Amino acid sequence: MLRYIKHHLDTITGVEIYPIISLILFFLVFTTMLFFVFKMPKKNIEELGNLPLDNDIKNNSHE
Amino acid sequence: MEKERFYYDNKIVKMFLIATVVWGVVAMLVGLMVAFLFIFPNYMEGISWLSFGRLRPLHTNAAIFAFVGNSIFVGIYYSMQRLLKARMFSDVLSKIHFWGWQLIIVAAAITLPLGYTSSKEYAELEWPIDIAITVIWVIMGINMIGTILKRRQRHIYVAIWFYLATLVTIAILHIFNNLEIPVSAFKSYSIYAGVQDAMVQWWYGHNAVAFFLTTPVLGLMYYFVPKVANRPVYSYRLSIIHFWSLIFIYIWAGPHHLLYTALPEWAQNLGTVFSIMLIFPSWGGMINGLLTLRGAWDKVREDPILKFFVVAITGYGMSTFEGPMLSFKNLNAIGHYTDWIIAHVHIGTLAWNGFMAAGILYWLAGKLWKTELYSKKLANIHFWIGTLGILFYALPLYVAGFMQASMWKQFNPDGTLLYGNFLETVTEIMPMYAMRAFGGTLYLTGFLLLAYNIVKTARAGSTVEDELAEAMPLKKITSSRVQGEAVHSWLERRTVLFTILVTVAVIIGGAVEIVPLLLVDSNIPKITSVKPYTPLELEGRDLYIREGCNNCHSQMIRPFRSEVERYGEYSKAGEFVYDHPFLWGSRRTGPDLHRIGGKYNDNWHFNHMLDPRLTSPGSIMPQYPWLLKDDLDISKTVAKINAMVILGVPYTQFDLDKAVYLLKNQAAEIEKNLRQDPEYVKNYGAANMQDKEIIALIAYLQRLGTDIKADQSAQN
Repeated sequence: MLRYIKHHLDTITGVEIYPIISLILFFLVFTTMLFFVFKMPKKNIEELGNLPLDNDIKNNSHE
Repeated sequence: MEKERFYYDNKIVKMFLIATVVWGVVAMLVGLMVAFLFIFPNYMEGISWLSFGRLRPLHTNAAIFAFVGNSIFVGIYYSMQRLLKARMFSDVLSKIHFWGWQLIIVAAAITLPLGYTSSKEYAELEWPIDIAITVIWVIMGINMIGTILKRRQRHIYVAIWFYLATLVTIAILHIFNNLEIPVSAFKSYSIYAGVQDAMVQWWYGHNAVAFFLTTPVLGLMYYFVPKVANRPVYSYRLSIIHFWSLIFIYIWAGPHHLLYTALPEWAQNLGTVFSIMLIFPSWGGMINGLLTLRGAWDKVREDPILKFFVVAITGYGMSTFEGPMLSFKNLNAIGHYTDWIIAHVHIGTLAWNGFMAAGILYWLAGKLWKTELYSKKLANIHFWIGTLGILFYALPLYVAGFMQASMWKQFNPDGTLLYGNFLETVTEIMPMYAMRAFGGTLYLTGFLLLAYNIVKTARAGSTVEDELAEAMPLKKITSSRVQGEAVHSWLERRTVLFTILVTVAVIIGGAVEIVPLLLVDSNIPKITSVKPYTPLELEGRDLYIREGCNNCHSQMIRPFRSEVERYGEYSKAGEFVYDHPFLWGSRRTGPDLHRIGGKYNDNWHFNHMLDPRLTSPGSIMPQYPWLLKDDLDISKTVAKINAMVILGVPYTQFDLDKAVYLLKNQAAEIEKNLRQDPEYVKNYGAANMQDKEIIALIAYLQRLGTDIKADQSAQN
């Protein structure tokens, strides 16, 4: 199955750059995530953290 | 808006809970049987389906998929319903998932001892069972996503993200690692060969640990630790960072299982770098779990459940520190192929998985049967016996690993090996194996106490199976961000988008590993003298797989002076191009076999299989008397060669047409060789040995690693 596609990839020129692109991509994703996470308001964070502690019968709706 | 009344399905949680306890006992019992085989290699003498090579995969599969698997489902089915304020999407799907999974386990427990195996670690099950796993996994996925869609809770808690990551990634890993060409109902060949097969296998093996034994259990940690301690998780921000970085980095690190092998150097380095990076998200998670108990340490003194959690999370921290350390090439050179790895994985399973499961089971027993736990004291005793068990299990094996690795490497002043006989390095560590078996016994004893405690609790409790709950239905709101809503909070209510992002994160990491794999073909220097196996050798190789020889013997000589001196020329990538599947192995309980061909004569192998202690006094290898009694099944030889042809192995039409003839010729030749020994002629001269399985196995062993020698002699 795989052999039908692999020889196409063999011929990509400069494929060695692939891991470098991935690393940059990873770095960007990671920093973007950090940025958004630290921007989250504290109130929001507290509500989310308390989700498991909701009592089963009592209703806490977060809307 | 009016509150809605609905019922949580507790029955399915109970069912999985009982299954966890039952399979836990089975998995640990088989583990103990295997541990005792090291000390008393003969105690299951001559019973083929109880030999080490067949029981070891049964133990690992039972521990991972039956015990830990069911324990994960317990937690998922309990916590998802409550976190989403909804009953599971479909009771029927829940039941199919439960019974399907148990049937798969039963099928594994039957087929593995019978020798039906694909030989790939933790993916040994043959193709029909692989398909069943896929179907059941998809059913579980539909049930999970269906529940998320009918939820009454807008935001999706971090635990559920971990469950979703598990769902998606395990599906991808399972399918790609198990692509095989079936030969018969219970025999197939991996579509990949040699280096490629090794790389896919350890991409799978590493990430099965990540996404089956780690991410779902982290999800459970994020739900049950706050729940039991009755306080929110230490830092929700940290949990978001933990989640994304963990799933993003984990999948890149697979090649660290193949350092110093014939895998291309740069792929090994990539694996090392990402393994070391992995320590940060892992420890972030551990700190988040432990610090959730801040200000509640007094409770930890009282409550055995929290004690279990603390040791579990500490075990997680230990093994995720050790993992990256073992990815450094110099440490890996010591640890690889030794008992160090066995100790490492058991810190993970016994402490992290086993103790998380124990804490959750104790807590849920009270909740599900609506009563107090039968005996807190027994749970405490379980905790202490279990903890001692872990220490007695792991510490001796660390010592054994170090000792054996250093014995493998020591030289005499004249340049010869100090421990030239591999067996000496085994007999030296026998006391460690005895202590390990003792540790395992302790751990199992503790778990039996849990089983007893839970049965007693269930007997005393109520049998009510549904639990009433009320919650407001969700108002429809816009799918785009509302004012003041943070991006990640918004993402948390967009399930489908969230799942897609998870998939993308995983696929990027996967692709980075898979693309080199696709290119690997062009990176492997071809060795012209490497030829496909003869029909008899191919049959012998399948016997090697059936008996699980690869569980104790590697076929991968690393380029170290000590290994070249002991085993011969180091292994080259080009030597494995016809190996569907690869058989490099991961542990050397016995010596490497890659250059075994031609090292001994046929009679040596014959006697060694009959009773290893005849040729190697003190050996702990099992006896294989059935190989001398059973006729070789040649009804599928042609089909096997045909399958190899489909996979691109260059057999000629002549090979196909004359397969059985060629096989019989070679068998007769080996039988003739055996007759040079008068002892053989006296005892087996009239036994029609040329038709027996042993001949095929000898043919395969004598072929191993010899192709490259032909190349050298041609050059000389």
